[in-house]
Amino acid sequence: MSKRVDTNRIIDGLFRYFGIACTLFGLLMLGIFLYSVISEGFSRLDWQFFTSLPSRKPEQAGILIPLFGTMWVMILTSMIAIPLGVASGIYLEEYGKKNRLASLIEINITNLAGVPSIIYGLLALEIFVRILGLGKSLLAGSLTLALLILPIIIVATREALKAVPKTIREASYALGATKWQTTWYQILPASSGGIVTGVILAISRAIGETAPLIVIGAMLYITTLPTSPMDDFSVLPIQIFNWLSRPQKGFIINATAAIIVLLSITFILNGIAIYLRNRWQKKVKW
Amino acid sequence: MCAAVSILTTVGILYVLISESSVFFTRVPITEFLFDTQWTPLFADKHFGILPLVTGTMLTSAIAVSVALPIGLSIAVYLNEYAPKSFRKFLKPILEILAAIPTVVYGFFALMVITPFLQQFFPDMAGFNALSPGIVMGIMIIPMISSLSEDALYAVPTSLREASYGIGATRFQTSFRVLVPAASSGIIVSVILAISRAVGETMIVAIAAGQQPRLTFNPFVPVETITTYIVQVSLGDVVQGSIEYQTIFAAGIALFALTFILNNISFYIKRKFQEKYE
Amino acid sequence: MVKEMSKDKLLAEKVNVFYDEAHVIKDVSISIQPNTVTAFIGPSGCGKSTFLRLINRMNDYIDGFRKTGSILIDGEDIYDRKVRVEDLRKQIGMVFQKPNPFPKSIYENIVYGLRIQGISNKSVLDETVERSLRRAAIWDEVKDNLNKSALSLSGGQQQRICIARTLAVEPSIVLMDEPASALDPISTSKIEQLIHELKSQYTIIIVTHNMQQAGRVSDKVAFFYLGELIEFSETKEIFINPKKELTQNYITGRFG
Repeated sequence: MSKRVDTNRIIDGLFRYFGIACTLFGLLMLGIFLYSVISEGFSRLDWQFFTSLPSRKPEQAGILIPLFGTMWVMILTSMIAIPLGVASGIYLEEYGKKNRLASLIEINITNLAGVPSIIYGLLALEIFVRILGLGKSLLAGSLTLALLILPIIIVATREALKAVPKTIREASYALGATKWQTTWYQILPASSGGIVTGVILAISRAIGETAPLIVIGAMLYITTLPTSPMDDFSVLPIQIFNWLSRPQKGFIINATAAIIVLLSITFILNGIAIYLRNRWQKKVKW
Repeated sequence: MCAAVSILTTVGILYVLISESSVFFTRVPITEFLFDTQWTPLFADKHFGILPLVTGTMLTSAIAVSVALPIGLSIAVYLNEYAPKSFRKFLKPILEILAAIPTVVYGFFALMVITPFLQQFFPDMAGFNALSPGIVMGIMIIPMISSLSEDALYAVPTSLREASYGIGATRFQTSFRVLVPAASSGIIVSVILAISRAVGETMIVAIAAGQQPRLTFNPFVPVETITTYIVQVSLGDVVQGSIEYQTIFAAGIALFALTFILNNISFYIKRKFQEKYE
Repeated sequence: MVKEMSKDKLLAEKVNVFYDEAHVIKDVSISIQPNTVTAFIGPSGCGKSTFLRLINRMNDYIDGFRKTGSILIDGEDIYDRKVRVEDLRKQIGMVFQKPNPFPKSIYENIVYGLRIQGISNKSVLDETVERSLRRAAIWDEVKDNLNKSALSLSGGQQQRICIARTLAVEPSIVLMDEPASALDPISTSKIEQLIHELKSQYTIIIVTHNMQQAGRVSDKVAFFYLGELIEFSETKEIFINPKKELTQNYITGRFG
């Protein structure tokens, strides 16, 4: 009898170490990855790298064009997706009637959030690039990414709105406020932290996307800076992919340096989002 | 009105996939599409069997899940039953970071870090293979499995825990004999969603798996997945309206069907699960 | 058409309420005089809160809500199509069971009701804040901290802020749905004291499950049971000499 109990305790203890190991595994992998990237690519980061155009020689090639493209894409996508997504979220959560159409839309959005990003690329290829004739432009790319992150923003907005207690709404109505006044003056300010966090995370996801943009034809090799939304463009992730496909060691180093830049942007955005979320959660202790 | 956009998007996706694929399917019978064992639409000798792409997708996804499930579930169990609260607070941001890394970057790790590492153990392994991106995809989806499973475990009523501990069971026994089965629907949901994610993943495989469609379960050789095929064609010069062009939509519809079915199975399970506890 | 001048502040006639198939208020008629405190008592689920919420039409938001009968305030049917519900609610204030201040400063909480009417003149707002907080007997405690978050106050203080917020829009009727049930005894007695003081300027209807409280604060008591109004009389009478046996049983604690 006691022998069985001892075995159980040994297994229990072993699993504890296994659990810690698994947990640290993720940390370990992250550490190894960051180390490999930084060690290889850090030295390549210099002013020349940031400001150069593409070149056949890796030492001369730089990320100016893709970096510009990423910035442009970030701005355009935000301009399209944020108002549309937040407004839809507010509408669905506050004004929507709880009927079959509403639940159909909800299922629809949840499904869209799970569709692989490359399929958005196919959709965009047909509709934006071909049928609407936008070509492989910045505008087409931004529209594609906007559609991709729209479900994320809608869901995040709805969750933030849901978190506001019903009692706040009741108090507002009881004072004679209209639905719009209640939404604008009470619900939105109270949920703004959650909405902003969700939006930032969505944008961060958008600038890391590669596949849909490749499908619509974002160029791997362009030589001029895009100056209007209708121009050809490239973004950082695509440039990284391009460089990784080349055999020369020099390009691999370039790729790692570009990765450092991309990761920095991603981490800064995510960091801001998490910081804002913590501050918001402290401020509105229900 | 605003929400109509989401309906439009779905309609748009379906329309595009179906319209292009239907042209494709007028030229290639669907039985050949489903059952031919070679995929060579870009070569002179054209075959249009999607099975090699499907096995490529399945192989990489299976490797990913077999890495992510044990580790992710163990993390969930550990955090739920063993870990002190401070540890959990420390770990959550790390997992969030893992989930936020762009997939191109993961692709780099697969190609430049994991593959050479594995080649030390398997010297015959090709530079492009299925094992390396599979493992890295697994690492990428660990946060998904661990956080969803953790929520599922957390939702199990305390009374079950207390009953088990009260009889003298260890934490390990309680976790795996009582809690995990009780939370099984939530855990299964997390696994299915993780599979769906792996199936739809493009860049990690595009960078590290090569582009040779092969009907194989050998993880050491290059393969092509549905997603990387689409990338391959998009990178090249393919004439619009040609059958090569339409193949990417045929591939797309296969991919969409796969992920759609997986996602909706998980939604269905999740709904039934919620009913049980209410 | 000449409307008969009625002295009643509120007159309800043969009111029935249905939530889908459930018949939750059955044929209730009641008349309430101005500047009185009326208590609605009865066991859980008897309909007293539902009836209260009819008065400021908060039930409008519930799916499946249907009503027959009429409710007149100052002689006007409040469910008339021409009535704008927002205007109605400015005449009728409501204090809820759990204090629900907005997550904003004390000052902003009080002036919200004015801001939504478009009033933005700072001196008007300042004056309203002071007047309302004084009437709610909390001015001295918070006058130096008007910009502090209302959530930082204690439960009893928050509830008095909510009362002040309600008074700021100058309603004529104040509805209170178990206003002290979530508070400690000291805060409760402060609120009861407040009700006493407010009576001179407002008509108050308070729902309470605490019979001693009903006895302490109200002029008249309405006893509800399973959606029906069983008895409605002067407070003293209902407690000392109830006319219905059901009332007697409830008051002596036989049930509920």
